[in-house]
Amino acid sequence: MAQAAPRGDPGGRSAGTTPPPLDVDRLIDDRRNRIIVCCGSGGVGKTTIAAAIGLRAAERGRHVVVLTVDPAKRLAQSMGLTSLDNTPRPVHGLSSAGAGDANPGGSLHAMMLDMKRTFDEIVEAHAEPGRAAQILDNPFYQSLSSSFAGTQEYMAMEKLGQLRRAEEWDLIVVDTPPSRSALDFLDAPQRLARFLDGRLLRLLTAPAKFGGRAGLRMLNAGFGMVTGVLTKVLGGQMLRDVQTFVSALDTMFGGFRERADYTYKLLRAPGTAFLVVASPETDALREASYFVERLDTERMPLAGLIVNRVHRSPAAHLSAARSLAAAETLHAAAAANPGTWSDPSTEPDSDYALAIAALRLHADRMQQAAEERRQAEHFTAAHPLVPVTEVPAQPDDVHDLTGLRAIGDFFGKPE
Amino acid sequence: MGTRDTDWEGVRLHVVTGKGGTGKTTVAGALALALASGGKKVLLMEVEGRQGIAQLFDVPPLPYAERKIAVAPTSLAEHPGDVFALVADPESALIEYLEMFYSMKLAGAALTRLGVFDFATTIAPGLRDVLLTGKAAEAVRRKGGGGRAYDAVVMDAPPTGRIGRFLNVSTEISGLAKVGPIRGHADTVQNVIRSPQTVVHFVTLLEEMPVQETLDGIAELRALGGIRAGAIMINMTRSLPLPASQLQAAADGQLDPDLIAVGLKAAGLDDSGQLAAELAAELAGQAKTTLGQQEQRDRLAEAGQPCYDLPWISDGMDLAGLYRLAAALRTQGAA
Ligand SMILES: Nc1ncnc2c1ncn2[C@@H]1O[C@H](COP(=O)(O)OP(=O)(O)OP(=O)(O)O)[C@@H](O)[C@H]1O
Ligand SMILES: Nc1ncnc2c1ncn2[C@@H]1O[C@H](COP(=O)(O)OP(=O)(O)O)[C@@H](O)[C@H]1O
Ligand SMILES: [Mg+2]
Ligand SMILES: [Mg+2]
Repeated sequence: MAQAAPRGDPGGRSAGTTPPPLDVDRLIDDRRNRIIVCCGSGGVGKTTIAAAIGLRAAERGRHVVVLTVDPAKRLAQSMGLTSLDNTPRPVHGLSSAGAGDANPGGSLHAMMLDMKRTFDEIVEAHAEPGRAAQILDNPFYQSLSSSFAGTQEYMAMEKLGQLRRAEEWDLIVVDTPPSRSALDFLDAPQRLARFLDGRLLRLLTAPAKFGGRAGLRMLNAGFGMVTGVLTKVLGGQMLRDVQTFVSALDTMFGGFRERADYTYKLLRAPGTAFLVVASPETDALREASYFVERLDTERMPLAGLIVNRVHRSPAAHLSAARSLAAAETLHAAAAANPGTWSDPSTEPDSDYALAIAALRLHADRMQQAAEERRQAEHFTAAHPLVPVTEVPAQPDDVHDLTGLRAIGDFFGKPE
Repeated sequence: MGTRDTDWEGVRLHVVTGKGGTGKTTVAGALALALASGGKKVLLMEVEGRQGIAQLFDVPPLPYAERKIAVAPTSLAEHPGDVFALVADPESALIEYLEMFYSMKLAGAALTRLGVFDFATTIAPGLRDVLLTGKAAEAVRRKGGGGRAYDAVVMDAPPTGRIGRFLNVSTEISGLAKVGPIRGHADTVQNVIRSPQTVVHFVTLLEEMPVQETLDGIAELRALGGIRAGAIMINMTRSLPLPASQLQAAADGQLDPDLIAVGLKAAGLDDSGQLAAELAAELAGQAKTTLGQQEQRDRLAEAGQPCYDLPWISDGMDLAGLYRLAAALRTQGAA
């Protein structure tokens, strides 16, 4: 049950586990920072936070491009992203109200990632025209480029590299794909690259090539058996299609790994900052924890954790227990007076109806807030040095610049 | 007993999808319990290898085997029912398939060991899908004990974004395998999925994105033709007991804090009006949320599918919470 928080402490944070505050404004005002990556598990608000940061940075004077992966429809529309065209589009309607004493005059572009098109473009850039067409037409390529788990992550990285090389913006804010695990963003590109130049793929391409080598003869024998089974189960046609696909891709093997390595280096370079986004729930914060640990091993720079969609009450000094007790008192009083409220199973219409609803809601909120705080404290106990800031749950979905700005305003007042 | 009228008479494969994190696994579990009550035998199947069912029912990780994991809620008048669980992974399904049809158990293991299987399902995810849906179809058709082995199969399926591809196996495969046994297998599976025995339920929250995904998902199924959309399961609903007139006023910030102050005073919580103002602000926020949710509800209604509400379980999801969700499904006619 929620305890009464001490008066005058609306956050109600208990002592001992206070993390350092995360100052997002300082992060975006520092012009040495060129890339901000927003990561976290699905549905926690990565896209929203990335867009809000981009908008705020632009309104504080930076030239920003936001690379979003899967914005909600209305949010995309409000940023002028009406089609998935893989090109940064200017966002209109900036204001400089949030600029503080910074020097405004910034700009904002936004784009939505089209993973298939990004993939196609890599193929076109790396293979000569005839071969490229052959690859693009192959059913296996089409399936791989639109549904391989990891293609989206790889292509987001690829696009990030392209935007960085273009040198048109001084800040790139990257949203990451909606995978279940935040780690996918780091792992998937390598996985795709590994797959594309994997041993098996090479064997399938040209088993004969290896025929003479002693060490591989055994493998080849096994391989013959395998192709036998595959032919039986899948049919010979399918196997031939696979081989065509694989040999067509052969030309591009090196390219994929090189590009994955380039972006990986970019993520490690000075000027890049990771922001981990989580909702104040067990699963999301556990993912955040894994990710923070992973960044550490990879020596990638973590700026801090944003706990999004927290519930904080403006009346935190009234505990859940007292609030609920008061509601019960009023409920009993109303029920004892059938003149004003005859049927307690219907909506109460006594003089106290509003107070009852408000008190019950408040009790609910306080319990939720206490639970959320407990979850956040778990994280901080494990990572006491990671700076943290909170963004309250808005009453409504965030679907326009005003909504993004409201989120951005919380970055101006870290706890 | 077991002669209640429910909305899904004749349905034997319930596919549960929805946006990530909306409660697919939880709702699939609750639905399995609901369907099992009254002495039925239900198989709850998981296909993404995440041990979500084990977590949900608080049991150790489950193998590729059908295990009884729960007894359905019963009233005095009813026989208890059983929920079995199966964590289906495509590799085991393939080995089982090769063994069953070709007596090639070793070959299957070799495929896996050499990485061929990974490779094949990577470039042709449809293969993985057909093995998983194939397992579900097999469980639906399986005979046992003089009748059906299971009265119903509930599948905790991939999220909405992938559900069309996942279920449209035959078409996905036919682009890749024009003839051959896999193709034949896919066609058999497709017959089950496209029959009136199968429906796809969508789990959603009353928020813009999951609602949009639900509507898009239903439209996608309709466009595919032959795969039936089932219910919309509105998960984690919470009520705000305010009359409609006050709800609107509250959302507009037009509530008179004095109306709250009266009650606070009567309850002995008087504090010079400040508390009333704070509570009014809190109420205003929630009223806005509630109105927004009402809008989402209206959008969902346009899809024309039955909608069920699953209440928010505030004290943590456990077996008791799951039984409550199952009861909610039963009262609303889902099972
Ligand atoms: N009605 C409910 N009341 C309270 N909590 C719920 C309810 N339904 C689900 N939850 C909680 O929400 C979280 C997500 O649920 P669940 O794992 O079932 O979602 P999912 O759609 O299967 O997620 P994924 O896409 O990751 O597979 C869990 O912590 C679960 O306990
Ligand atoms: N602080 C917030 N308050 C209210 N709604 C929010 C907040 N942050 C995100 N949302 C909403 O949550 C939904 C999911 O957010 P999104 O940014 O798309 O998540 P992700 O990119 O992590 O999957 C969107 O509808 C968004 O408007
Ligand atoms: Mg997103
Ligand atoms: Mg799940």
